[in-house]
Amino acid sequence: MSKKFLSRNGAPGEDSTRPEGGSAVPEQDDAESASRRKFIGTTVLAAGAAMLAGPGSLAIEEFLQRNFHELSKQDLKEIIARLEKQYSTEYGKKVRVGDEPAMPGVLFGYGLDLSRCVGCRRCVYACVAENNQSRDPQIQWIRVLQMDKDKGVDLAHATCYYDPKEVPEEGHFYMPVQCHQCRNPPCVRVCPVKATWQEPDGITVIDYNWCIGCRYCMAACPYGARHFNWGLPHLPSDEMNPETHYLGNRPRPKGVVEKCTFCIQRTRKGRYPACVEICPTGSRKFGNLLDPNSEIRYIMEHKRVFIFKEQLNTQPKFYYFYGV
Amino acid sequence: MPNSRRIRYFRRFFSPLGILSILSAGAVTGVLIVAGLGLPVRAANPASEEPAGHTVQSHAPPGMEGIQVPPPAFEPGLFPCSACHADMPVDTTPRKLKDMHTEIVLKHGPGMWCLDCHSAKNRDKLHLVDGTLIDFSKLYLLCGQCHGDKLRDWKAGVHGKRTGYWNGQKQYLLCVNCHNPHSPHFKPIKPKPAPVPPRDIQLSQGRTP
Repeated sequence: MSKKFLSRNGAPGEDSTRPEGGSAVPEQDDAESASRRKFIGTTVLAAGAAMLAGPGSLAIEEFLQRNFHELSKQDLKEIIARLEKQYSTEYGKKVRVGDEPAMPGVLFGYGLDLSRCVGCRRCVYACVAENNQSRDPQIQWIRVLQMDKDKGVDLAHATCYYDPKEVPEEGHFYMPVQCHQCRNPPCVRVCPVKATWQEPDGITVIDYNWCIGCRYCMAACPYGARHFNWGLPHLPSDEMNPETHYLGNRPRPKGVVEKCTFCIQRTRKGRYPACVEICPTGSRKFGNLLDPNSEIRYIMEHKRVFIFKEQLNTQPKFYYFYGV
Repeated sequence: MPNSRRIRYFRRFFSPLGILSILSAGAVTGVLIVAGLGLPVRAANPASEEPAGHTVQSHAPPGMEGIQVPPPAFEPGLFPCSACHADMPVDTTPRKLKDMHTEIVLKHGPGMWCLDCHSAKNRDKLHLVDGTLIDFSKLYLLCGQCHGDKLRDWKAGVHGKRTGYWNGQKQYLLCVNCHNPHSPHFKPIKPKPAPVPPRDIQLSQGRTP
């Protein structure tokens, strides 16, 4: 789009098929017409230039960058080099932006033990530290819901703003909600620009450089798992995690949507997600659904498992279970 | 363990009431399992009874190769028990301790006391109900005598926390790295701060361009 836009503006006189100003009157005064053409051309050029060099100080390469799926290996290499340089300057440390592809024969699945979760929110903050979310305005990818034991899993009687001295509170249980990595993700279907998609290992990712910030995906997601950068994300340099992934935890610009990626920068290297490693009660389980010996398969075969909002046919790869 | 006690135990275990008695024995042993003399255990204190350079992997139970299990963490100065107990006479009468180890609160079911788990013969070891002596690093065998379902799930990686690599080297924690064996129920903890409600989020506080 942008290229077409630019080329037309670059040579406005060549567009001979279109009558100027939308007028049906034949051109009588060539000089007047030419000056008007010139005027429009200059104005649009200036506006274009202002757009390129303007407020977000968007690099021209960034402005012209194509959809992730249209990038060649060389393109991606150059983009990553540019981003690494940009982030390293901005945060004053060596930042690595990875592009590890999905491992073959891997489909990630997640298990969460509702009988053990105590609602301490350690996972929420481990996630924020790992994934470079904005500290202010605050963005958190995990939301821990406190529910009544009497009511069961009932969103009408749930809150995420509980703040007692100690958890777990009598008569309550806790249900953390984050991206469910659906097999049938409504968020992907509604994206008008294909800035979000499901990777072969089942992780739904976003290309922050392609996202236009329309937030259709946020409206479509039944789990509230997508979050929008309403303001410029504030991420202190000393808290910035320099080990990043292009489709995951690299710093985001203002005006894009972000979400849990099962810590793509960790899990694609074989490591557990940060929330799994921090959980003090061992409620969080992670593994390869295609590996019959994985923990997640053991859970699915031996425990009482349920999925959240099953009736919506989103087919999540995030399973709640009762370990006790 | 005195003989009469052991006999009483096994009678209970194999009484003609069949499965019911086994279940009740399970409950009783559940009580018996991890109580003991000294050795308050703290996850934060990775002091090991093993010599330096020892690979933690050897603690892994059979069928769990490739999984690292850290050694139990003792309070400094407590292990080996024999450092103090070697020359002391053994009193096998169940009683409340008055002079030493008074800081230990034993809340592991009713009727248990130190020597149900700690060995009177070798003070640096634990013992199973059949008298087998085991190292502290193999204490999951002891706990698993009553909490068999937990042991099974722990071996499968479902009970307790696994860290490391989902497709490679994993690390487990021993029972006592999370549970205080003398009082195994999890204590309530302070939660991290609640999220800021959307109405309180100030966009102007964001980073300036």
